Amino acid sequence: MAKKEKTATASKTDLLDAVENKSLKKEIPHFEIGDTVDVRCSIKEGDKERVQVFTGTVISRKGRGINENFTVRRIVDNEGVERIFPLHSPNVLDIRPVRSGKKRRAKLYYLRDRTGKAVRLAHRHSTHTVSK
Amino acid sequence: MAMLLGKKVGMTQVYDESGKLLPVTVIQAGPCVVMQVKTADTDGYNAVQLGFDDVKASRRKNPQVGHAQKADTAPKRFVKEMRLPEETETEYKVGDSITVSVFVDSKLVDVVGTGKGKGFAGVMKRHGFGGFPASHGTERKHRAPGSISSFASDAGHGGKPKKGKRMAGHMGNCRITTKNHRLVAIDEEKNLLVVKGAVPGPPGGYCLVRSAKKV
Repeated sequence: MAKKEKTATASKTDLLDAVENKSLKKEIPHFEIGDTVDVRCSIKEGDKERVQVFTGTVISRKGRGINENFTVRRIVDNEGVERIFPLHSPNVLDIRPVRSGKKRRAKLYYLRDRTGKAVRLAHRHSTHTVSK
Repeated sequence: MAMLLGKKVGMTQVYDESGKLLPVTVIQAGPCVVMQVKTADTDGYNAVQLGFDDVKASRRKNPQVGHAQKADTAPKRFVKEMRLPEETETEYKVGDSITVSVFVDSKLVDVVGTGKGKGFAGVMKRHGFGGFPASHGTERKHRAPGSISSFASDAGHGGKPKKGKRMAGHMGNCRITTKNHRLVAIDEEKNLLVVKGAVPGPPGGYCLVRSAKKV
């Protein structure tokens, strides 16, 4: 029996991607799990808009397409603070990797159980991080 | 009033200009072909019959094939009428193609579709009844409707439950209109309408999009 020929209409995912792709950022800076990053995000307070920089370690990156987001963890006053940023949000202006860390996991959730000096990851020399 | 027939593609998210993430439904609407123009003189009212989604002529009976041939197209899977105001002369002609560009000026749209069938559903799912406690001695009637009538409270009904008493039964698979969706984007190249929020029916289901009646 001859194979049934598929019609030339675009598939469901193609059409959804076409809509979604317009909201995606063209360029995303390269950063990895374990990197220390500076995330610049714009914050609206009433009519004013200002830029806030959140610095910390990337402990997870998940989702695909427009749902992709990453978690940044830092310690403020001995208290762990985590922020989850949508990667493609227009409010996330810039992500700048500052330092690469050695890691053997895709998700660094074990850092949540650590305090003090143990939260530091060993420095790893990498080309994409900006040396300070 | 603008109207188009289309197919629900599915849902996704987009960012709007203020940086907010919007839940949106993508609808592949049109191009629709004008199959027939009805006028007050010939049919008693003004309307345009629109057709969407080609089907092989061998799959349809001759009267439908002949009807489509008058508009010089293939028979359509989904055919609906668009009523036009009574006094105006219609600018539509048989065989015209209508695309998503009719919605360029619209900000809000209504979407009509056939909702997903839920089968035989109980009163909690179908009418939002509260049900009974999970514990404290409740036995075998956690999702039951409770009393449906008594002779005294329904006097005049002959000792029968009142007409229209909400009970378990078939739910879904019926026509639903969702109103005033914000029209987020139009893709004229791919014939796509992007509307905010959820639209009745499953992905791939047919739906009707028209500019909002009540704003």
